Amino acid sequence: MTWETVIGLETHVELATKTKIFCSCTTQFGGDPNTHCCPVCTGMPGTLPVLNKKVLEFAVKAGLALNCDITRYSKFDRKNYFYPDLPKAYQISQLYLPIARNGAVSIHTDAGDKTIRIHELHMEEDAGKLVHDPWIDQTRADYNRCGVPLIEIVTEPDFRTADEVIAYLEKLKETLQYLGVSDCKMQEGSLRCDVNLSVRPVGAEELGTRTEMKNLNSFKAIVRAIDYEAKRQIELIGEGRRVVQETRRWDENKDATYAMRSKENAQDYRYFPEPDIPPIELSQAYLDGLRSAQPELAEEKRARYRRGYGLPEYDCRMITSDSALARFFEELVELGAPPKQGANWIMGEVLGALSARALEPRDMKLTAPTLARLIALVGEGKLNRNTAVKVFEAIFDTDVDVDAYVKEHGLEQVNDDGLVREICARVLEANPQSVADYRGGKEKAFGFLVGQVMRELKGRANPQSVNAVLRELLGG
Amino acid sequence: MNIDTEMVDYIAELSRLELQTGEKQAMTAQLEQIIAYINVLNKLDTTGVEPMSHVFPVKNVLREDEVVPSQDRAQLLAGSPAEDKEAFLVPKAVE
Repeated sequence: MTWETVIGLETHVELATKTKIFCSCTTQFGGDPNTHCCPVCTGMPGTLPVLNKKVLEFAVKAGLALNCDITRYSKFDRKNYFYPDLPKAYQISQLYLPIARNGAVSIHTDAGDKTIRIHELHMEEDAGKLVHDPWIDQTRADYNRCGVPLIEIVTEPDFRTADEVIAYLEKLKETLQYLGVSDCKMQEGSLRCDVNLSVRPVGAEELGTRTEMKNLNSFKAIVRAIDYEAKRQIELIGEGRRVVQETRRWDENKDATYAMRSKENAQDYRYFPEPDIPPIELSQAYLDGLRSAQPELAEEKRARYRRGYGLPEYDCRMITSDSALARFFEELVELGAPPKQGANWIMGEVLGALSARALEPRDMKLTAPTLARLIALVGEGKLNRNTAVKVFEAIFDTDVDVDAYVKEHGLEQVNDDGLVREICARVLEANPQSVADYRGGKEKAFGFLVGQVMRELKGRANPQSVNAVLRELLGG
Repeated sequence: MNIDTEMVDYIAELSRLELQTGEKQAMTAQLEQIIAYINVLNKLDTTGVEPMSHVFPVKNVLREDEVVPSQDRAQLLAGSPAEDKEAFLVPKAVE
């Protein structure tokens, strides 16, 4: 029998607000345990949570970008569970009237284009961190993360392959980063993903029993967990056994999933309307305002770069893979850099330098005006491309004034034809063997001679003019 | 809804409570009374009445996204039954 894997995703995304969702404590990552806490986020009796305006705005912006219907009258609900990562013994979330529903995201894989439906998007608070201390056999609770704002984005079971899941997550990450609502750093837990997976015979209508996998904190882990879990379920059914609906944890070291706790048992959340948070009613004017302020997203940028600048699809994708990088590119072009040259510098030197330093584009010191000036100097014939790359490497970490740097290090391109001619003549005189080889038909000898001239001129000559002069002196 | 020992055990488990046999019996009786009272309320005809989730007619209570210094940690931990000057201590909860 041929099997089909059916996958739905629940993605938690941490919003990039300054403060927590229901109190004014900072959301900054890290910090000593329990130093970003107050009576509200530690669930002290008698405190009153108040919703952060920015959380609402970010959630609506995300909903709009994911093509959702925004819920004009929305409420919070109380999800009850007794576990020490949540000092109130309940999480304030949204069940009955989530802020956004019925969205759609288009994804692209090698298998073609596809639309993933979004079931809903809701706001909720993050929980604290528990670390067990084996010395005292007690668990230490740190509530710094407690109350950090999250949106949870739930898809319909529309995925069939791990490729589709990754394409969706990349699109989601890109969209939310462009909106500026989240940095989506997986390594800091600001994008976390639960995978619901079942299998069924190809062609079957009915869904199989699903398991939910948690603790997937990298794209690599997601792909491996999907492969493992689909295989496990198909084997179970093949042996005549059945899949049990349960939550499973991915163990990266063992490359396997294992059952956490039975769903029937612990997941009775007894939701009820949250009395502490009054309902949210959004006006048409509010929605119109946010809609008109939505930034240009990556897909629109790619289309514009293709049409407006004539950039190849590959270049467009590379540049828009990060919103800070796309902004950098647009600034270069605004400053007069030819788009294709700007793109080449970004895809080659900039991405190379960032990757060598394990830096994100947003952390780059080098500014667009500096690189634009460097590109202009090459264009004006004042620097050759090789020297420009050396300058780039030298100033990448400091962003100094390009003109001053070039002057100080005597790197200007030698455009003095007389000087170039003189050096060429001298090199030919000093290398009669190579000259003879060249005349005898060895093209390689020519390259050697060019190299010698460039060395004499400390790499500052324009390679084209050196070529031309040498050929002329060698008699064409 | 019928309150029996099984139901009490289930609720106790969800609340992480360990009840002794005597306590279980007392709980069963008390919960039965509560449910009986709710059953009386349920007899009221509420056709056409909108469910109410909030008592006061307020909406859109929001605050600006501006950081206010957090509470002093020592003060925050002071009310806790067990702490180690940095974290709250609770019985083993992590798998």
